[in-house]
Parts: sequence; C-alpha cells; structure tokens
Amino acid sequence: MGMFADIPWDIIAIQTVNGIVTGMILALVASGLTLIFGIMDVVNFAHGELFMLGAYIGAVVLVTSGSFWVALVVSTLTVALMGAALQVTTLRPLLGRDPLTTILATFGISLVLQNYALWHFGPVPRKIQEPITGQFELFYLVYPWYRVLIAVLSAAIIGGLYLFLKYGRYGVWIRATTQDRFMAQAMGIPVPWVHTGVFAIGAGMAAASGVLFGPLIGINHAMGLDWVLKAFIVVVVGGMGNLGGSIAASILVSLLEAYAVILVGYIYVGGQPLSPALAVVVPFIVLIVTLLFRPTGLFVPTPK
Amino acid sequence: MTSSAAPTETLLTVEDLHSFYGKSHILHGVSLSVGRGEVVGLLGRNGVGKSTTLKTIMGLVSPSQGKVLFEGKAITGMPAHKIARLGVAYVPEDRRIFKLLTVMENLRTGLDRQGVTEARKQELLDKLFEYFPRLAERRSQPGGTLSGGEQQMLAIGRAMMLEPKIILLDEPTEGLMPRMVSQISEIIEALHKEGVAILLVEQNVPLTLASSQRVYFMEKGVVRHHAVASELEVNDPIIHQYLGV
Repeated sequence: MGMFADIPWDIIAIQTVNGIVTGMILALVASGLTLIFGIMDVVNFAHGELFMLGAYIGAVVLVTSGSFWVALVVSTLTVALMGAALQVTTLRPLLGRDPLTTILATFGISLVLQNYALWHFGPVPRKIQEPITGQFELFYLVYPWYRVLIAVLSAAIIGGLYLFLKYGRYGVWIRATTQDRFMAQAMGIPVPWVHTGVFAIGAGMAAASGVLFGPLIGINHAMGLDWVLKAFIVVVVGGMGNLGGSIAASILVSLLEAYAVILVGYIYVGGQPLSPALAVVVPFIVLIVTLLFRPTGLFVPTPK
Repeated sequence: MTSSAAPTETLLTVEDLHSFYGKSHILHGVSLSVGRGEVVGLLGRNGVGKSTTLKTIMGLVSPSQGKVLFEGKAITGMPAHKIARLGVAYVPEDRRIFKLLTVMENLRTGLDRQGVTEARKQELLDKLFEYFPRLAERRSQPGGTLSGGEQQMLAIGRAMMLEPKIILLDEPTEGLMPRMVSQISEIIEALHKEGVAILLVEQNVPLTLASSQRVYFMEKGVVRHHAVASELEVNDPIIHQYLGV
C-alpha cells in the first residue's frame, strides 16, 4: 500500500462527501426499485424512464411556474399517477405469471417512454436551474450547497418512506403484502390496490430523484439508463427487496467508486497513471463479487 | 345425507364445488352448509381436499365449477379481500403469521378496516388479550419469534380482529402440546357462544366431535357423509370408514 500513502487526506475527505451525496441520490432511485420488487416480484425495467420523465416534467413545470419546488412536487405526483396507470393496465393482468412476462412488459414500457421523450422533447438536452446557487469552501474546492441539499432531501424522502412503512396504516398493509400476498388478501387487505400504490410510490420517488438530479446533468431521453443500471446493481448488492440494504449498498458503492477515482491515478501502467474514468467499473466489480460470494445480498442478515 | 338439516338460518352454502391445483383435480363437487353461529367439522384423511375446500371458499383458489353462497349472495370467484370484508376469516393450516411484523401489527392487518372506531379496536384487543394473555405480553415482538402455540393463538386472534361471521379454521391443533390443544377448544367454544360460525378442519376427532354441532366426512374430493356430532362416538364405524383410525 506504500504507493497510496501520499494521497492527500483532503482529497479523501472531498471524495467522501462526493460519494455520500451520489449515494443518497442513488438510494432514492434504488429504494423505489427495491420496494416494487419486494412486494410484487416485478423487476421494473422502466424505472429509469420514470426517472427521465420526472426530470423532463420538472424542467417543463419549472419553465412555466418559475419555481423549482413546484416543479419537484408536480413532477413527483404526475409520474406517480402515471405509474399507477401503468401498473393497472400493464402489470396487474400479469400478476402470478412467469416473471419473464413482467420483465418484457416493463422493458417494452421503457422503450415506448424513451422514444416518446425523444419525439416530444427532441434530442437536445435540457437543463434544470438549481434552486440555490450558493457554494462553500471544502478545502481547496468550492463546493455547491445544492449537492448537499440533494443528499439531505433524498435522506428526508427515504426517511419519510421508512416512517410511513413502519407506522402508517398503509405501511403495515404494504409490509404484510410483501411478506405473504395471499394471507394479506385473506385478511381483507386489497392487495391489487396495494400493488398499484407501491408502484405509484416507486414511480414518484424515481421522478423526484430525476428532478433533484436534473441540475447536475443534462436531461435527455436516454438518461435513465445509466442510473437504473447502477440502481439495479445496488438493489442486487443490498439484497433484492431489502430497503435498508439497498440504501447501504448505494452509499457503499458510491463511496468505493469515489475513492477509486483517486486510487487509479496512483496506479501506473507503462509509466502512465490509469484514467480516473476507469472507476466506473467499480460498481460492476462489487456486483460480480457479491454474486459470487453472497448472492442473496450483502446486507441481508438471514437469507430466506 | 343421513341427518337433520342445519338447525338455524344458513350462513354459508357450498354447492358442487370443483377445484384444480395446476392440473390435478382436487375437489370433485363438494357440497356443504354452515348455519349462522354453527360449528361444523370437516373430517377426512390427508389429501382428500379439506384444506382446498377452505381455500376455495376464501377465494384463494378459484373453483372451475360450482357455487359458494354467503348470506345468500354468490361469492364465487370474488377476490379474497372482498370475501374477508363480508365477514369470512381464514386461519390457515400453516398459520401464515406475518413473521417480520410484530404481534400488534399482525393484529392491525385485521383491525385497520373502514369504519372501526379506536374505541372498538381497543375493545376487540382487550377481549383477545383476555383469552390469550401471552399475546399481550408479546405484542411488540415479531410474529416469527413466537412459539408454535403462540403463533396459532395469533393466527386465530388475527382472524377475530375482522369481527367475522364465520371463521374457516384449518387444523388449529396440529403440532401443539396438549395444554395448548385444550386452549384451542376453549376458544372455539367461546367463539361459538359469541355467535361466530366455524368451519373446522381437524385431525383430532374427539375435539372435533366435542366442539361441533355437525360433521361432514370427505373422501377423494367429495363430501360422502354428514352427521350430527352428538350422535357419533369417537370409535363409531363411520369414523373408522372415513378416517381409518
């Protein structure tokens, strides 16, 4: 490890902040995905497109209303409603069938939504103006407050979801349905509507993360792919359907990737340092290692 | 059919029910009825379709043919949650406690219904905890950490939270210690006194005969025989014929 000894600790601190911020956004995307998988065994391949649509709707509402917060709320609610409609029309009829059918159905939805966005909004990326533009000094960097705000808001939304699941009447319904769909139904819980509600919540959370993340990246019709790929990785690493595990895995993977950005710069191949861009392989390495040694997920106490 | 008809108004009627599990034909035309407030036993060897009969009534298995009437209305093919809300509760053979939910949350799945006031919820809980004080002690514990007997109490208690008109009770004493078995027979008695009807599937013949007013005997997916419980002895030839004990 001698060759890493001279990494300045302020860079490590900066990358820690970066890793946590990115991890929180990723956790917001992934928690919707894992919630949907946990309750109805549906791997939602359209999740990234709900994220993308959320960002677009946010951009449009921001232009008309002038308020980022109005855009955030309107986009979340709109996409949640769309999610509910998608679930009722496409997934509800497939309940209890081979999981492959739901994978194909959601994959189909994702293609339709992507191409709809391309047709409606065009290929030129759009931008969302961040609601706060202040910055603060983090060692030698000027660090935007907005990034910190995203992490805090993501944590707040996830925390709200947790409290709802833990204490809310419908939260108990959702957890009961996740554990035993048939017994939940025999207890009078309207399971088909619980499924619809959970899909709507997941869709709304994807949209919220799309709007929150919009200011940091250009909005385009294919933006969902990158995020949903990473979200799938953390959902598998954290244990499919395990909310806490997905959140922990999001932060772990994002931190490892952030540190790898520094570390690869210290690895010389043929006299040249490796490119920091190589750090993008880190989540995949974590995925492969997890699948090899603990396929039920890293953060699952006792495998089912 | 050898014996008298239901003594009171009919609550549940099952007519010529046929059900499949995948490709295997389990029920070949089951017919039975349960009167309001009546405890009815359903006896038969393993695999004759007793559990499937209960699941089909509950709407968890859809019948390919036949009718289920509850309070005179057809409920055949209705989703289970609607059947539950009409007043049919189900206690499955394997109990199916929500293992990660606490005892209290398990009970809430039945309590959190439309139109149940907080006062009424408390009343129902108080009554339950009087029957099963152990559940009160363990109210904050996850259901999965309870013993088998406690899980059975919770499964019955959870069903009681629905204030059902009938409980479909599937092998409640299976695998329980004798002390627990007598507690189960006490609760059946108590529910009967409160006017709750019970359709009881059991292997324990003495308990079934003691708890029920009438019994049906099933064989190969149909009801073959029907008798008044008090007219049967535990070693009656009919019991030998259908249960082989």
